[in-house]
Amino acid sequence: MAFTAMVGARIRRREDPRLITGRATYVDDVRQVGTVYAAFVRSPHGHAKIVSIDTSAAKADPRVLAVYTGEDLHHAHGVKSSLPVAHKMADLKTPPHYMLALDEVRVVGDAVAIVVATTAYAARDAVELIAVEYEVMPAVTDVEKAAAGPPYVHASLGTNIAFTMPFAAGDTDKAFAEADVVVKQRIVNQRVAPVPIEPRSMVANWDAGMQQLTIYSATQIPHLLRTQLAVVLGLPENHIRAIAPEVGGGFGAKLNVYAEEAVVSWVAMQLECPVKYIETRSECFQAMIHGRDQIDDLEIAAKSDGTITGMRLKITANLGAYHQLLTPVVPTLTLLMAHGCYRFENISAEVVGVFTNTMSTDAYRGAGRPEATFFIERSIDMVAQRLGLDPAEVRRKNFIAKTSFPHTTATGLTYDSGDYETTMDKALKIVDYAGLRKRQEELRKQGRYLGIGLSTYVEVCGMGPSAAMPAAGWDSATIRVEPTGSITVLTGISPHGQGEETTFAQIVSDELGVPIDQVSVIHGDTDKVQYGVGTFGSRGTAVGGAALQLAIQTIQAKAIKIAAHQWEANPDDLEYRDGKIGIKGDPSKSMTTPEAGFAAFMGDNLPPGLEPGLDATRRFEPPNFVFPFGTHVCVVEVDAKSGQVEVVQYVAVDDCGRLLNPMIVEGQIHGGIAQGLAQALFEEVVYSDDGQLLTGTLMDYAIPHAEQVPHYELDHTVTGTTVNPLGIKGCGEAGTIGSTPAVANAVIDALAPFGVVHIDMPLKPEKLWAAMQPKSNGSVR
Amino acid sequence: MIPAAFEYKRANSVDEALRLLGEHGEDAKLLAGGHSLIPMMKLRLAAPAMLIDIAGIPNLDQIDAASDPLTIGALTKHAKLAASDELQKKAPALWDAANDLGDPQVRNRGTIGGASAHGDPSADYPAVLQALDATFTLAGKNGTRELKAAEFFRGMFETALGANELLTKISFAAAPKSAYVKFHHPASHYAVVGVAVALTIDGGAIESARVAITGVGDVAFRAAGVEAALKGVKTNDADGLAAACAGAASGVQARSDTFASASYRTAMADVFAARAVAQAAAR
Repeated sequence: MAFTAMVGARIRRREDPRLITGRATYVDDVRQVGTVYAAFVRSPHGHAKIVSIDTSAAKADPRVLAVYTGEDLHHAHGVKSSLPVAHKMADLKTPPHYMLALDEVRVVGDAVAIVVATTAYAARDAVELIAVEYEVMPAVTDVEKAAAGPPYVHASLGTNIAFTMPFAAGDTDKAFAEADVVVKQRIVNQRVAPVPIEPRSMVANWDAGMQQLTIYSATQIPHLLRTQLAVVLGLPENHIRAIAPEVGGGFGAKLNVYAEEAVVSWVAMQLECPVKYIETRSECFQAMIHGRDQIDDLEIAAKSDGTITGMRLKITANLGAYHQLLTPVVPTLTLLMAHGCYRFENISAEVVGVFTNTMSTDAYRGAGRPEATFFIERSIDMVAQRLGLDPAEVRRKNFIAKTSFPHTTATGLTYDSGDYETTMDKALKIVDYAGLRKRQEELRKQGRYLGIGLSTYVEVCGMGPSAAMPAAGWDSATIRVEPTGSITVLTGISPHGQGEETTFAQIVSDELGVPIDQVSVIHGDTDKVQYGVGTFGSRGTAVGGAALQLAIQTIQAKAIKIAAHQWEANPDDLEYRDGKIGIKGDPSKSMTTPEAGFAAFMGDNLPPGLEPGLDATRRFEPPNFVFPFGTHVCVVEVDAKSGQVEVVQYVAVDDCGRLLNPMIVEGQIHGGIAQGLAQALFEEVVYSDDGQLLTGTLMDYAIPHAEQVPHYELDHTVTGTTVNPLGIKGCGEAGTIGSTPAVANAVIDALAPFGVVHIDMPLKPEKLWAAMQPKSNGSVR
Repeated sequence: MIPAAFEYKRANSVDEALRLLGEHGEDAKLLAGGHSLIPMMKLRLAAPAMLIDIAGIPNLDQIDAASDPLTIGALTKHAKLAASDELQKKAPALWDAANDLGDPQVRNRGTIGGASAHGDPSADYPAVLQALDATFTLAGKNGTRELKAAEFFRGMFETALGANELLTKISFAAAPKSAYVKFHHPASHYAVVGVAVALTIDGGAIESARVAITGVGDVAFRAAGVEAALKGVKTNDADGLAAACAGAASGVQARSDTFASASYRTAMADVFAARAVAQAAAR
């Protein structure tokens, strides 16, 4: 790397002024002449047969332009009315997932018809005019009941089990036979809703003259959306332009191709005008993907000194009613990370994916890895509790040693680097762990219940090598040095809050020696930007930034050739130094990148055979995932009278490699902790047995307000990685992954005097209060 | 927000509001801060054909804390109550509630009259105003009538306010030893349990107590048993105060939701009653 002026500095995000002054363009801000408005008729039932749909009253409303049902779409020429799922699983059951329900609805919120009207008001009014007659069918929302037998979500399958994936490594039976203790626990990782502030939003237009579809959508993956729309709608892909303008939060929920995006596009093609659909918050709760929802049945074998020797694991994943884009893949990631940052090699496991009459689960911040981190971190605490050992020491005993990287895990991953003990020691020092434990003892004597929770996580991200992904795992970058010296970056990732407009400009500014204001970063428009895979799985900078670094290298190499020609020097004697081209060991001469770029534009003084222009497009295929890690420590006090939890202290020491902009990293960690803590303490999607969504508004479903999260004390360690040329690992999901078990371990630790071993999330006051009540046999504890 | 269509009229006086109410009858809804009505219209759970905006009626948004009894105009916003030093001294229970209600946006739009007239079983004011034994003044076409808070709050989303009546003011005697303590629902931030207490203290012991509880049942209620049991208890006797609060919600059919069961709500009524009593006594 060159001299560092920008990289590593706490540069303010250049995205923020437009965001906080209301000048950003989100999908709903896209105003096109002649726009009409769509609304969807949705199923009020968890499972029902559609007997009839009477659209006559709606069609009679003069403000209504069209109404379409599943039948209309299913028989439309060229349309493949079933949605895609990306996977490489051999025996996966993939029942049809119609864009609009055909004959049957399988989840509350299933789209049955679309109404298009002159205004958004008229469209909503018309929804109420459409009479759908349903014949209610038996529904199943409990994943274990669904796995056991009927009623079936998809009768044609004759089962609700979509896949079963067995796994074995080492000799688990031997480990259990030789164990001193076996800890057995069933851990429910409850269903949560992503709740981005901007719900799903889209506006599609069909230019009939050009036969061109343009869709603006609140998506994390504009190019993948374009590809899938081409497949589903039967259009040539080069006749589709997908644009992700400002996107108001994704968290994985916009890493998807939704039925609505395809239906609204198809309707625009029918009506030949812009069709806008902005879902309501209630629809967002019903029909945007949910996250988590696994039952993890665990057995851990350990020696009396705390050494963990084996794991038996059954992951029962509630997939929901249909596969969305990555639905079946998510629980397989849980298996991949089941051992966390620990050494043990004997794992016997099974992953079962089950359909139920609920919304599909899919990638939500962490996507499968938080579930693994949760159960392994809870397991460590349970082993420590059983053996009367300190949970920090049990962790230390089982860590993969700093000296043994690269380390190949039992599940087949190769962790390239790590130093778990250092982050843990740093975190323990910040909280004065020994002092805290002493204070905990003292307070317990006064009837006050302090809890200390650790989470030493490692996660897999920077998704990822293409071979290990359901679809392409690479990403791309173009750099153009413009004739007047400004530099344009076109990135294949699609930032929506991650701040790469700033961090990528920092990198370019340093490496190509131009003021940061001269660098523009463009993303999210398939007609502007070369194909890119998108932003998810903490890959934006680890993969997209790595592609940028490759493009920088290409630009530098060409600029050096240009300078060498003008100086009549050998290119091998030239180098980039402090962002400028110079002669090795000779400070007298220099050329800037814009000067080289101008020469490349003029084209009249270039080395023979060198093409004019100074630009480059590169793609980065990561050789491996990256493995950020860290230690979170949460301190809580649980009120014995009410069970209410107060977070007293929260310390996170994360290692995401080199920090390009510490302020942006901290922002990512803050947001991640808030979401993870909220899962631990209060978030929970609840369906009734017959499939009604009981937490369908923000009055019922708790996302954290500012006063519900603590002050965060953050620190870092920096352990390099050679997986990418920037030496960085992702930090988008780390906060979420690390925090949930830290909070849960703290709360459960607080209740240890009451004999509590485990309580499932969310750790609501009522559950904690109940656990602290005198037992019926008269004992207080 | 995309509600069903409605007409909108602005009333500039109580008389005009009453006239419009008379003309439109059941189809009309009064709009003050809108923070109860508009969310229901957004969900199309309410679809009034006519909204009569009373927010601009002059002189209904005043706090008269110098008078005895204190008088609060029905259009007084939560934020104004929360910022009133006089109120903090003379009726801290109401000041507590106004400060602990909603978020800044809600406090700067919502009104005490609107929140009371909505009759939400988990709202804060129904408990506070019963503990303050407040008097509600209702204007109708035949003049005004007065009701005590305990008569005003009738049931779930049900008050004594007639279809053609307007709540104009709320008055109560000063209660410097009062407090409101609330267990927030993590999502709605309404009261899972909210307890308002107003005490008089004589010689270090409780002389009289009014205790009212919201969030537990279908409507906020006075906890008569607790009020009786508190009489004579020394304010420095923490165990005695807590013991007097046992069974605070006995006989009340408690509600249940995905966050808190009926039995938990009932148990928390005791806990939060004891806290509210302790806080009031300490004032």
